[in-house]
Order: sequence, then C-alpha cells, then structure tokens
Amino acid sequence: MELVINGKPEQLPDGLSASALIAHLGLQSTRLAMEVNREIVPRSRFDSHYFQPGDRIEIVRAIGGGGQ
Amino acid sequence: MSSVMSTASAANSDDLIIDGSAYQSRLLVGTGKYRDLEQTRLAVEASGAQIVTVAIRRTNIGQHQDEPSLLDVLPPQRYTYLPNTAGCYSAEEAVRTCRLARELLDGHTLVKLEVLGDEKTLFPDIVQTLEAAATLIAEGFRVMVYTNDDPIIAKRLEDMGCVAVMPLAAPIGSGLGIRNPHNIRTIIENAKVPILVDAGVGCASDAAIAMELGCDGVLMNTAIAGAREPVLMASAMKKAIEAGRESWLAGRIPKKRFASASSPLDGTFF
Repeated sequence: MELVINGKPEQLPDGLSASALIAHLGLQSTRLAMEVNREIVPRSRFDSHYFQPGDRIEIVRAIGGGGQ
Repeated sequence: MSSVMSTASAANSDDLIIDGSAYQSRLLVGTGKYRDLEQTRLAVEASGAQIVTVAIRRTNIGQHQDEPSLLDVLPPQRYTYLPNTAGCYSAEEAVRTCRLARELLDGHTLVKLEVLGDEKTLFPDIVQTLEAAATLIAEGFRVMVYTNDDPIIAKRLEDMGCVAVMPLAAPIGSGLGIRNPHNIRTIIENAKVPILVDAGVGCASDAAIAMELGCDGVLMNTAIAGAREPVLMASAMKKAIEAGRESWLAGRIPKKRFASASSPLDGTFF
C-alpha cells in the first residue's frame, strides 16, 4: 500500500503497524512523535495502530529553533 | 556579612515565576542558527538560561540516526524545554505543532505560541494567534504567547489565560532593539502575568533596556547565535539581563534638564 511519510509517497506492506514502520525506518532509538492524518498517535499505541492505504504520516523530532 | 546575606536572600526572592515554576535566570534563549550542537551547548551554558526554545520538525528519514540530538546536549532534566510554533502561519498549524510537541516531550504542556502573518515582517497574525491560544488553553496547554507591542491585545491574551505574554521589541531577527518602549511599558503596567520581550534584541544594551522597562525577562536567539562570537555574546546577555533587572529594582533617578552637583557645597574653602 502507499503511505505518505513526511510528505513523500512510499510503498509499504499492507497491515503495517506504527511500531513496524518505526523499525523499518530505523528510528527505534529516536525520540519522536507521530501524527496520522493530522491526529496524534501516542507512542503507547504504536503496537496496536495499523495504517490504512493513503494515510498521511508525519514523524517529527525536536531540533534547534527560535526564539528569534 | 549581614549585607551579603540580605543581598543573597533578595536575589533568591527575585525568581522569575512562570506558571508556578521558579527560574533564577530571566534570559530565555532559542537554540537555532548555531554552527553545531557543541556551539549551541556552550552558548546556552554561557547564557545561564534555564528555559530553551526548540522547534518541532520532520525527522530526516534514512539519515544519520546515530548523530547526537539537541536533547542529548541540552538534557530535558536540566533545562525547561519550550517547544515553539515558529514557522506556523495558521492557528491549525500551531495547534498541531503543540500537540506533537506534547507527545514528543512526554506530556509537557508549556509551549511558546507564535503564529506569523507574513514572511517579510514575521509580525504575528493576531487573529490566528487568538484562535490558537483559545484552542490550546482549552486543551490544557500552558501558553506563552508571542504578540506585537499592542497593549490591548496583550491584555486580551492574558485575560484568555496565557501564562506569559511576549511582545516583540522589533521584527524577529532584525536586531533593531526596543522600537516602542512606551507600549512595552504600558503592557507591563497592565499585566498580572510575566511580560517577556521576545524578538528584536540586537545587543546587550537592548536586553538591559528591556529589563529596565520592567520586563520580567527576555527571549532571544539571533542576537546570540548570529554574533561573531556567540558564546561571548551569550555571556554578555546574561550580565545585561542581570544588570538591567537590578537597575529596574533599584529605581533610576529622574531625568532633569540641568546639572545637579554630587559633591556638597558646604565646606568649600575657595
């Protein structure tokens, strides 16, 4: 199925969980937060959250930023 | 000895209180625009800041996941993180950013709200800011809000429940200093929540002037990160904030048009 991850379309297996996606991307040890179709998916639900084709996924982190 | 003690206790009682938490530093710093994470760390340490703003951005997928992150060099156990909505141009973007930040930082609710109006001025879009503030406050966020130097809007944001109001001194990154000290003064006089100047400071004297107006603190990034020697400027800003605060507390003399001698005239022998 196609998922849009951080703005980029990706082909991924059907029935993929949020945990499996994080492992696939090698982000297990990164502190991050996820939004699917503009709704937060808490880390505590990564194991039980399964994606649907066409889901738009944002995976974010904290970086240096303003202040001004 | 007793005067040393009383000075120390006076300093202790002059904490900055934001949303019930006490901070000894009145300088808040951004963490953007530094050469690298090491320079970020050194500058933040030199500034003495206890509250640091961070941006929430997409993870770089497939790139260098083992590189140290900001959270490694500025441990959240030691610093109060202030996720900010820099770069947001709508209430919806700002609210999404804050929700992601809360999830990222394990339920942390203190945020800096900034909704921009256009890229040329980076002035706040007040209509969107008010809308975002209402939503965030209703969702339990503790909102420190970037706004313009309009006393009416500053009061409105306070009345809505923002925990700190942060008027700009001048456009973001402009380094123009305090362009409207009279409005900043009015905002401070009207307020019951901390008022922090956010944006526009260019050098240490600008920061001192903000504090001498009675600001509770100053938030800056470019003035430090953009200096030729950022770590040295961070140290200068720390001192300026402290000097300005003490000057404000001490109470300046009135300005007069003509001189007033400081040596006594009695006892002159000529």
